Amino acid sequence: MSDRPTASLPARFAARIVALFLITLVRLVTGAQARWTGTAPLPRQRLYYANHSSHLDFLLLWALLPPRLRWKTRPVAGADYWNKSAVRRYLIRHVFNGVLVARGGDNSVGPNGERLNDPLSPVLAAIAAGDSLIFFPEGTRNANEEMLPFKSGLFHIARQCSQIELVPARIENLNRVMPKGELLPLPLVCTINFGVPVALQPDEPKDQFLVRARDAIIQMIPVQPPRSA
Amino acid sequence: MRLDSYVPEPVREQTMMLFASLGCVLLCASLIGAVLRWKLGAENGVVANLNARINAWWVMIAVIGLAFLGGRTGVVVLFGFVSFFALREFITLNQTRRGDHLALLASFFVALPLQYLFVDQNWYGMFSIFIPVYGFLFLPILACFGHDTTRFLSRNAETQWGLMICVYCISHVPALLALDIPGYADRNMLLVIFLILVVQSSDVLQYVWGKLLGRHKIAPNLSPSKTVEGFIGGVASSTLLGAALFWITPFNPWQAALMALAITLMGFFGGLVMSAIKRDRGVKDWGNMIEGHGGMLDRLDSVCFSAPIFFHLVRFHFAQ
Repeated sequence: MSDRPTASLPARFAARIVALFLITLVRLVTGAQARWTGTAPLPRQRLYYANHSSHLDFLLLWALLPPRLRWKTRPVAGADYWNKSAVRRYLIRHVFNGVLVARGGDNSVGPNGERLNDPLSPVLAAIAAGDSLIFFPEGTRNANEEMLPFKSGLFHIARQCSQIELVPARIENLNRVMPKGELLPLPLVCTINFGVPVALQPDEPKDQFLVRARDAIIQMIPVQPPRSA
Repeated sequence: MRLDSYVPEPVREQTMMLFASLGCVLLCASLIGAVLRWKLGAENGVVANLNARINAWWVMIAVIGLAFLGGRTGVVVLFGFVSFFALREFITLNQTRRGDHLALLASFFVALPLQYLFVDQNWYGMFSIFIPVYGFLFLPILACFGHDTTRFLSRNAETQWGLMICVYCISHVPALLALDIPGYADRNMLLVIFLILVVQSSDVLQYVWGKLLGRHKIAPNLSPSKTVEGFIGGVASSTLLGAALFWITPFNPWQAALMALAITLMGFFGGLVMSAIKRDRGVKDWGNMIEGHGGMLDRLDSVCFSAPIFFHLVRFHFAQ
């Protein structure tokens, strides 16, 4: 746990209570269901990447992971948003144990073309420490029906950390529960489909990989659970 | 305080007896399910689904029983929640847009509680027109605030349909509690049990007859699992069951049989209509809340269509 602040036992206990409360709340409102159509919920080191349309996205995905996986899985979140207030800081650091990354920051390049301040370095450090992650490759919330093109972060992670399994997850309906700009959530049934893991092929170009990874989410048609007629 | 102190005195004994017999029926069903699993193997999909359904029935009967212990208020609150879950499934499959947010919030958090409040207050003049008139007119007005004309008419029609089916129609079950029937004072809870027993046993018996004898599909485009044999066997046997239950109703045996026939026919066609909507949406079930059955609406489609008709038949012919 690279950047988890060392907290006292009662404080960690309180954070866990807050987490369980939020998990229960989001599951009640959304009546959410996880469907492991492409893979099973296995205790491996994984990066779940999903479409991003609501602030609740990572909370729902996190809430739907089985507990033994959930507490080892950390959301990757934008530092600019989550550092804005004390409440947000508390939630992301202590409750969700998030990995904060700087968005649209320093792009200065070193003599050999490598980025000097790689915004992904906290992510890579978390992976090196053995954590699983929740990642939104669109980079930002998206109000449109169609997903934005993926930013290159996912590719860099796949290239540098071949040990982590990339699991596509399609979040259905959550953008209808709380569209951007609305205050009150609608109680609609949400689902998350977990698809077949995607791996970077040897010598696969960046753009091709990113399109393939994005298609893995787009093509995941919501599946009804099997039921005999 | 006695556990059943909210259940009116005249119906306590009969209610307990009915729930006890239901327990016996379910026990038999569970035993048959266990034998089938032992004979045909745990991998058999039909048997696994049958057992899942029976297990879900145990839970549903327990929930209904608990609500009945709460008396009139318990029943109203139970169906209020049932409506909520049904509406949630219905709206989830609607093709809503961002502009509907306000109208949908109003449907869930204003229209639904108000309808059940009016039912609880026994304000017939209001609960019988609230959604068809006020909902019908005010929801599209709220939708205007979304400033979005795309499919405006169909979006509002779908919202209105959801409220009618899931809130208005279902609320007619607890509305039975307030009917003033001469010589039947304080016994209306048994009318609710009569309706639920007949309509649900009709579903179960249609399923059983269909699985045993079903050869000819009755409406393959709408509902591939319904058969002519299941329909006839189910309607006939649940009509008989209704007649046999006349002693808990204000009806004589042949009146009870006719009521049960009306309930089962409406329930059957309700199942067809709701199935047509599902197929158009490209899903098999409304949801997956109830293991083996699908969603809340999969269990209630027949109740939605039979409850208002039963309510008005009783009100017109038997109530003061």
